[in-house]
Amino acid sequence: MSVANRPVHRPLSPHLQVYRPQLTSVLSILHRATGIALSVGVLYLTAWVVCASGSYETYARFQAFNGSIVGRLVLGGWLFCMFYHLFNGIRHLFWDMGYGFEIKEAYRSGWMVVVASLVATAISWIVGLRLI
Amino acid sequence: MNSDLRSPLNRARGLGSAKSGVHHFWMQRLTAVALIPLVIWFAVSLVMLSGADYGMARSWLSSPFVMVLLILTICIGLYHGQLGMQVVIEDYVHNDGVKLAMLVAVKFIAVFFGLAAIIASMRIGFGG
Repeated sequence: MSVANRPVHRPLSPHLQVYRPQLTSVLSILHRATGIALSVGVLYLTAWVVCASGSYETYARFQAFNGSIVGRLVLGGWLFCMFYHLFNGIRHLFWDMGYGFEIKEAYRSGWMVVVASLVATAISWIVGLRLI
Repeated sequence: MNSDLRSPLNRARGLGSAKSGVHHFWMQRLTAVALIPLVIWFAVSLVMLSGADYGMARSWLSSPFVMVLLILTICIGLYHGQLGMQVVIEDYVHNDGVKLAMLVAVKFIAVFFGLAAIIASMRIGFGG
C-alpha cells in the first residue's frame, strides 16, 4: 500500500451524544442552527424585495403569508435568530480577540447573550404587533 | 501510530495554514463586523414596517439611504451565510460528490439572490 493510501489513525474527540448538555455547548449549537435559519431568512428577505418590485397583486400574495399565523411565527422566529446570532456573534468576536476564555467568563457572557436576545426579541414582538 | 498529524506533502511544504488558509476565517469575521450595525438597523426597520402595505413598503425601499443599506445587508449577509453554510456542509456531508455539489450550489445561490436583490431594489428606487 502506498503512503498516500495508508489509513491515518488520527485521534478523535468524543462525539456530541457523550456529553451532558451544558450552557456553553447548547449556545454553540444554537449559534450554528440560527446561522442556518438566517441563511434561509436572507433568501426570504430577497424574495420580499423582489415581490415589492413587482405588481400590487404579487406583493399582496407574499404579504398574505406574512400576515398569517404561520407567517408571523416564522418572521418572529427569524427575529429571535437574528438577535441571538448577533449577540452571540459579538461574543465570538471577543473570543477571537483573546478575551473571555475562563469558564466563569464564558458562562457569564453566555447568560448575557441569552437575556439580551430574549429581551430584544420580546421588545420587537411587542412593538411590531402593536403597529399591525 | 504516526505522531505527526500532517500529510507527507504538507510536511514537505511546511506552510500549514499560514498563507491563504486564513482567508475564510478573516472574511467571516470581516463580514460579521460589517453586519453588526447593518443587522441592528434592519431589525429596527423590520419592526417599524410591521403591517406595511404595498405603498408603504415601496416608499421605504425607494429611499437611496435604504437602498444602500439594504443592498449591503443582503449581499454581505449572503456572503457571510454562504461561508457559514460551507463549514456546515464540510462538517456533516461526507460523500465527496454530494459535498462538492452542495458547496457549488450554495455559492451559486448566494450570487443569484444577491443580484436579484440588487436589481429589484434598483427597479423600485429608479421607478422601473
